[in-house]
Amino acid sequence: MSVVNDFTIQVATVNGSGSQTANLVLLRSIFQMGVPVSGKNLFPSNIAGLPTWFTIRANHRGYIARKKEIDLLVAMNPETAKEDVLSLEPGRTVVYDEPLKLNALRDDLKFYPVPFDKIVAEVCPDAKLRRLVKNMIYDGVLARLLSIDLAEMEKALGKQLGKKPKAMELNGNALKAGFKYASENFEATDAYKIERLNKTAGQILVEGNAAAAMGCMFGGATVVAWYPITPSSSLPESLIGYLRKYRMDKQTGKATFAVVQAEDEIAAIGMVLGAGWAGARAMTSTSGPGISLMSEFAGLSYYAEIPGVIFNVQRVGPSTGLPTRTAQGDILFAALNSHGDTRHPLLLPGSVEECFSMAIDSFDLSERLQTLVYVMSDLDLGMNTWMSPTFTYPDKPIDRGKVLDEAKVRELGASWGRYKDVDGDAVPWRSLPDTKAPSFFTRGSGHNAMAVYSERPDDYQNNLDRLARKFVTAKSMVPAPVVNLRNGAKIGIVAYGSSSFATEESRDQLREQHGIETSYLRLRAYPFTADLDDFIRRHERVYVVEQNRDAQMLGLMKMDLDASLITKLSSVLHYNGLPIDARSITDGILAKEGK
Amino acid sequence: MSDAPSTPAKKVNRLGLDLASYRGSKTTLCAGCGHNAITERIIDAFYEMGIDAKKVLKLSGIGCSSKSPAYFLNQAHGFNSVHGRMPSVATGAMLANASMMAIGVSGDGDTGAIGAGQFMHLMRRNLPIIYIVEDNGCYGLTKGQFSPTADQGSKAKNGVVNELPPLDLCALAIELGASFVARSFSGDKKQLLSILKAAIAHKGTCLIDVISPCVTFNDHEGSTKSYAYVKDHDEVLGEVTFVPYFEDINVEYEAGSTTNVKMHDGSHLYLRKIAEDYNPSDKMAAIHLLHDTARRGEFATGVFYIEPDKEDFTTSLNMVDTPLAFLTTEQVRPPKAVLDQLMDGLK
Repeated sequence: MSVVNDFTIQVATVNGSGSQTANLVLLRSIFQMGVPVSGKNLFPSNIAGLPTWFTIRANHRGYIARKKEIDLLVAMNPETAKEDVLSLEPGRTVVYDEPLKLNALRDDLKFYPVPFDKIVAEVCPDAKLRRLVKNMIYDGVLARLLSIDLAEMEKALGKQLGKKPKAMELNGNALKAGFKYASENFEATDAYKIERLNKTAGQILVEGNAAAAMGCMFGGATVVAWYPITPSSSLPESLIGYLRKYRMDKQTGKATFAVVQAEDEIAAIGMVLGAGWAGARAMTSTSGPGISLMSEFAGLSYYAEIPGVIFNVQRVGPSTGLPTRTAQGDILFAALNSHGDTRHPLLLPGSVEECFSMAIDSFDLSERLQTLVYVMSDLDLGMNTWMSPTFTYPDKPIDRGKVLDEAKVRELGASWGRYKDVDGDAVPWRSLPDTKAPSFFTRGSGHNAMAVYSERPDDYQNNLDRLARKFVTAKSMVPAPVVNLRNGAKIGIVAYGSSSFATEESRDQLREQHGIETSYLRLRAYPFTADLDDFIRRHERVYVVEQNRDAQMLGLMKMDLDASLITKLSSVLHYNGLPIDARSITDGILAKEGK
Repeated sequence: MSDAPSTPAKKVNRLGLDLASYRGSKTTLCAGCGHNAITERIIDAFYEMGIDAKKVLKLSGIGCSSKSPAYFLNQAHGFNSVHGRMPSVATGAMLANASMMAIGVSGDGDTGAIGAGQFMHLMRRNLPIIYIVEDNGCYGLTKGQFSPTADQGSKAKNGVVNELPPLDLCALAIELGASFVARSFSGDKKQLLSILKAAIAHKGTCLIDVISPCVTFNDHEGSTKSYAYVKDHDEVLGEVTFVPYFEDINVEYEAGSTTNVKMHDGSHLYLRKIAEDYNPSDKMAAIHLLHDTARRGEFATGVFYIEPDKEDFTTSLNMVDTPLAFLTTEQVRPPKAVLDQLMDGLK
């Protein structure tokens, strides 16, 4: 019996062995055959030597979240091969390096031994390069076993290495040699098969960090200050590439941006605030440990009302921990980041497409609200390869918010105060240096509405109350949740960020396999809007899916929602460092439903 | 030209502005605080140089010193930021608008302790900024604890003796890459004013360490940062005379006795030589001098090091002439064709 276009391949290799090219070629060749795919790299905090796994899921229905079960294992790493094989379900397939003799471990799996060293020696005369091209052989073997068109693999290889003719030739030969070996030594193709579909037309493959970087470029970011940290670094690094290519002034060849690799995250956020204060669209990108260091400045931004954007590509805690494992663990911390009373808007991209669009929106939102905005991505979204519709070019010009121009200065005259609410939306008018607008002195909270130094209790409290009202205004500016209501559904599910795809798949499982109809609300921002209240009110029970131990988003809801709504909520949590999968959500809900 | 006024002409600078236009709010520091004298010299320097205060950004960290930007140049935007983090805020602000002139005021604790990291990296970048350290060897706003510039053996008001050696911020700044490094004393009006005016003419990092006694917590016998001690141990390097590019040069000096530094904007800085072979563009000589005077228990004041033409950080970033803060959507958002091209590459 064959399984067509619905299985997961896991390639187990050693970090630094050059398997990334082979894995991306495999991924892309399936994509080119019109079959939806996703790729996840499970890697250690290490440059070379430790085990790493790359998982490719092909799914004709378009599910792109992680799937727990592995259907086809490519075992290249002696260190993990035994454990990897023992953890497979019966009936699965193993392609392995022949000397490992894995076939002796179990008799309920289908084994394909491949003498990689022997084959690579034949196609790669230079012994030093063999390690790097060896992996391409398993692509050739899989092309044969899974009926992937070899021409598609060659095309995908061209996309990866097209600019390097020598590497292209060596890898191309390895690919063909693997295919030939499999054709000559294995009687038939495997049960798992890729057949052409037409479900990837118009789609792209991209990582969330690259998508966010593009968004920053089109969003008009002008000052970028950052400090290297996994899993965030590839965002500013991609951005630097895009800026240098597309944001140089045509006439003068000069940059319409400034990028600084700062001495630490404190300096990075300090530069962002300095730049935002002086009128730039400024941003930084970091992960949890960086957010910790930025906390003091984050509070200052809140009180002094200075715009700026922080991308938080979340990972598990703490800083001396597992930097290459994913989590949605900074939700509470970011929303309330700093001492004193503080609240920060969060944007919650649920796809690479939203990494792009929300990056653009974040700058407008930040300037309109004159406060820091956090874009809460994570390692899974940021560093893994996702299939997505092509991105949409922004249809609105950049919105700089309430910045005083000459006309407004004339209109407001002496009544202008930097922290005065003249429009009733609690958002004051901002004056920039080097303009005709009046100057003022920026301090944290020791000021009155006119930005004059004050330690009066009423001035402090009035300002805090206005800031709270500004957060209410934010509700009308943040992206509304995406709601999908099902007739008669008693159960509602709330999820956000990288949990979204697994949650949607879980809803199908619940309906098709367990007869449970669910409605769905995907949060896209904090502060919450009235949509959330409505959604909870409509359902008997609402499950909040998130990737942290302490139900952080639920915690934020408890701070804001009416008690009658809070009692309807319970959590489905996933926090082992791996990306969330649909089965875990389904099982979690079934358990709570007593089924 | 307008008619001659009937009343005696108010004294004005080359912009037609009087000294009062350069003042700030009333100081809230202690009476007699050295910082207030520095504030007065800053006002004088910007007035005499005829700088448009609207083109100035005033920045500070936290501490007594960091309050002082509120007391000068009311027409300039000011930012009292985070303890020890003025350098990063100033860096960001200057990237947003490189056409501005930045003046950062910090203290010895704000710079030498909590802000040592940011101080170092600002020096290293040679950000265009006048970076003033109002240096009193103690934390005034928290009631007199030692700071990292307190001298070994100096006594606090409560009798505690400082056991650790001090940081020499000038020696560090020279080593780290600042292109204008000077020390002065809040009580030396003439020298401090000349140094500040020269700093205004310089484009690059100007680190000015100004010894500024704390009258409340560090002005007693046994303190090496008291007025009396500083007056006795100030080893003035030689006269500092600054002639801005817009004034006629009218300086007389004996050949060989003075170094004439031609500054990038065409101004001249005349430094009377302390020793015949002292060269203010020689890093090692400057560091030697600082070590030698410190070893004798003195402290040198004057301009130790200057590199007038060193490329500053904002110039090195090759930004467009329009400040980044004022770029339009058209200038910062590439056309749709670019997105289409990027999308095609990912298909």
